[in-house]
Amino acid sequence: MAKVILEMRNITKTFPGVKALDNVNFQVEEGEIHALVGENGAGKSTLMNVLSGIYPYGTYEGDIIYNGEVCKFNKIKDSEEKGIVIIHQELALIPYMSIGENMFLGNERGKAAAIDWNETYGEADKFLKMVGLSDSSRTLVKELGTGKQQLVEIAKALAKHAKLLILDEPTSSLNEKDSRALLDLLLRFKKENGLTSIIISHKLNEVSYVADKITVVRDGATIETLDKATEEISEDRIIKGMVGREITDRFPKRHDVEIGDTMLEVKNWSVYHPLYPEKKVVDNVSFNVRKGEVVGIYGLMGAGRTELAMSIFGKSYGTGITGTMMLNGREVSLKNAKEAIKNKIAYVTEDRKGNGLVLNNPIKINTTLANLDAVSANSIIDKDKEYQVAVEYKDKLRTKTPTVEQNVGNLSGGNQQKVLLAKWMFAEPDVLLLDEPTRGIDVGAKYEIYCIINDLVKAGKSVVMISSELPETIGMSDRIYVMNEGKFVGELKQDEASQESIMACIMRSGRGE
Amino acid sequence: MTKTNISAILKKYAMAIVLVLVIILFYILTNKAILLPQNVNNLLSQNAYVFVLATGMLLCILTGGNIDLAVGSVVCFVGAVGGVVLDKDINFIVAFLLMMVIGLAIGMWQGFWIAFVNVPPFIATLAGMYAFRGLSNVVLGGQALNLSKMDGFLKTFGGGADCYIPGSTISFGDTELNVVCLLAGIAGIVIYLFMTISGRINTKKRGYETPPLVGDVVKMVIISAVVFYLTYKLAAYQGIPTSLIWVLLVVIAFGYVTQKTTIGRDLYAVGGNKKAAQLSGVNVKKVYFFAYSFMGLLSGLAGTLTIARAASAQPTYGQGYEMDAIGACFIGGASAYGGIGTVPGVIIGALLMGVINQGMSICGVDANLQKAVKGLVLLGAVIFDVVSKKEKK
Repeated sequence: MAKVILEMRNITKTFPGVKALDNVNFQVEEGEIHALVGENGAGKSTLMNVLSGIYPYGTYEGDIIYNGEVCKFNKIKDSEEKGIVIIHQELALIPYMSIGENMFLGNERGKAAAIDWNETYGEADKFLKMVGLSDSSRTLVKELGTGKQQLVEIAKALAKHAKLLILDEPTSSLNEKDSRALLDLLLRFKKENGLTSIIISHKLNEVSYVADKITVVRDGATIETLDKATEEISEDRIIKGMVGREITDRFPKRHDVEIGDTMLEVKNWSVYHPLYPEKKVVDNVSFNVRKGEVVGIYGLMGAGRTELAMSIFGKSYGTGITGTMMLNGREVSLKNAKEAIKNKIAYVTEDRKGNGLVLNNPIKINTTLANLDAVSANSIIDKDKEYQVAVEYKDKLRTKTPTVEQNVGNLSGGNQQKVLLAKWMFAEPDVLLLDEPTRGIDVGAKYEIYCIINDLVKAGKSVVMISSELPETIGMSDRIYVMNEGKFVGELKQDEASQESIMACIMRSGRGE
Repeated sequence: MTKTNISAILKKYAMAIVLVLVIILFYILTNKAILLPQNVNNLLSQNAYVFVLATGMLLCILTGGNIDLAVGSVVCFVGAVGGVVLDKDINFIVAFLLMMVIGLAIGMWQGFWIAFVNVPPFIATLAGMYAFRGLSNVVLGGQALNLSKMDGFLKTFGGGADCYIPGSTISFGDTELNVVCLLAGIAGIVIYLFMTISGRINTKKRGYETPPLVGDVVKMVIISAVVFYLTYKLAAYQGIPTSLIWVLLVVIAFGYVTQKTTIGRDLYAVGGNKKAAQLSGVNVKKVYFFAYSFMGLLSGLAGTLTIARAASAQPTYGQGYEMDAIGACFIGGASAYGGIGTVPGVIIGALLMGVINQGMSICGVDANLQKAVKGLVLLGAVIFDVVSKKEKK
């Protein structure tokens, strides 16, 4: 049996009013990749923050034993000195600095008064090579895509002589190809350098691909550790541990939903990039969605899906938009978001915090924002009615909150997503463009969102669901369009859709066939 | 009532509580002088321009922490033009309307560049700050203009010796009380109570949930008491200063606009999350344009009040007014990132600054030291804001 490099013993961490971690025990062996999985808010990130010294010694109970000694970290620097390096979910690179500057930020080469730039860039290039990045370390970070940025983060961690690497949702903003490359890199480091990693992830397929062991965290406690060496680990097995019950069906069935006439039809739609008007982001796309139908648009990140949806939604993205759009058989041209809403189209953004919700405002104000006229007369808001509407939608979508006066920023991801959906449902659209409706929310909440989608189509609405999760796209859609590099490269009916057939569409187009 | 509830209430009304404490402090330090009727009256009329400008500044700050640096210069410029026009013996109401139109036009000018050409507000208004200061000098030919003979104008806008709403007095103990002022105050209280109560009844009648009665009652009692106390103090001096009427008009109008109308909601939404507002169909450009246009209009009013109070127009007027307005907003709880802040909050912020100013003046503190204290108060208020938000996480 390999040596235990890290043991966290009886860790308890309380925040005012909440016990985030309750007597957690967690062991990692040297040279393994250990995955931490659990629903949102289960305590995974808190546990890692305790380990890396973000919550200093004394603010939690229990012991951290690393390499055989009890550690008392007061700040991140302390844990980094021991070789424990954490890479956070949000990329923490500064766009207008070079890769080299970013890598040695706070850890500069040379003297404090005189940075040795030759050493900085020389060293940086060395580590970049290790992670397989061919760009020069003098390149500005803003020039890199998210996939490469994540590699820079790893190079940065290696430059700190990481022995135990913690990755918090490293692939959440990467497409499948980049994700796979990243995971393979971790496997390579494990084999070649004996690097130990802890990876937090929601993506169970990745977890089962990369991890040697999987520890399930639920409600602030470690439930179980699954070992690949001793048992077969299926995704359903992991989910069972996460939610404490077996989800027999991850996607609720739709019953008696009648698919009617064409509701929205887009023909020969092309969109150019707003900043680089010569760059075509959406290329001659045609599609339609019928009443009562869920149409999936699957594509990797950067395929142009969000751009397509936003350009349809009142030209909220892009320049030089061409093509025709028919709503209910009538040709329309929508100049802005307001007109789109008036014509009963809703766009539910993938970025609920950035583009969707006003976080420092309460639920009730967010709920009515897209259809304020419905709760006001002559531009004067009827606050009683607004409150009532918010409560109604809160109950309907089962948003977990004590009151609708609660600021949206205080809600969990899944509940924020429900508020966002409530806002657009209240706008009473005929067509809903849902952009990654279940991104970053836990399994239980996902199921509820799927149920809401089913209710919507049952009520005769049309849903266009953009997703980069294959199982979700296949499980929820009546019809699937596959998008790649701005073009639609395939259309599949529900019965012909499988992971293989969808990926085949993308591969074919990638080869230029 | 739970513990968290109480601390939430304390946080919400923190600045109002600080204001009360500061008043008590100066009450002791100045040997009761700060609450003498004359001083209360002065406090309100002296700071009339701050109340007006801070309300306008709140509109800009709400849209995303954007400020208007030009207001001091605009106040001066509007005052300069108004002074020249009044000097030509033109009817003062015409002159007033002209000043308001000029203020609005300047606001629209700045708002146009900010909203439709995407000039950063800081720069667009910095340009205005230079330009209108210079133009004021041009209009006045570098000279001060005496307006002390413009009786009607001064009386209407709170300048000169008897810029009060006239009324006979009655004796109450050994103080003479202005009857009109008393009646107006009582009428105000009655209207306020009537509106709150009928609002509650209406809400209930329509089958909606009503907020807890205790909170409403406490609020009604406190507000009525404060209004009555102020009325009493004002009545004991000369009555209602005319400038106060203008301030009340502005506060009520913009308090209503920000809280009850869709354009008000749009201001908060744009400041809270611009992209989300845009995708919800809010016309962001229109919101910026609205905020800066009305900032201009209110600068026009503040300019009018300023030259009336000083009974003259001078090219140096309005210096630093923008900072008074910005300070009042931040002390009054507006967020430097936008989306948070209320008109009553801002008025409390302005009052707090005013009380500290006046208290220190009565105590005989050096004017330069007063500035230092003001700076520290502003810093303290923002620190409080930042720290109390941090605790929440």
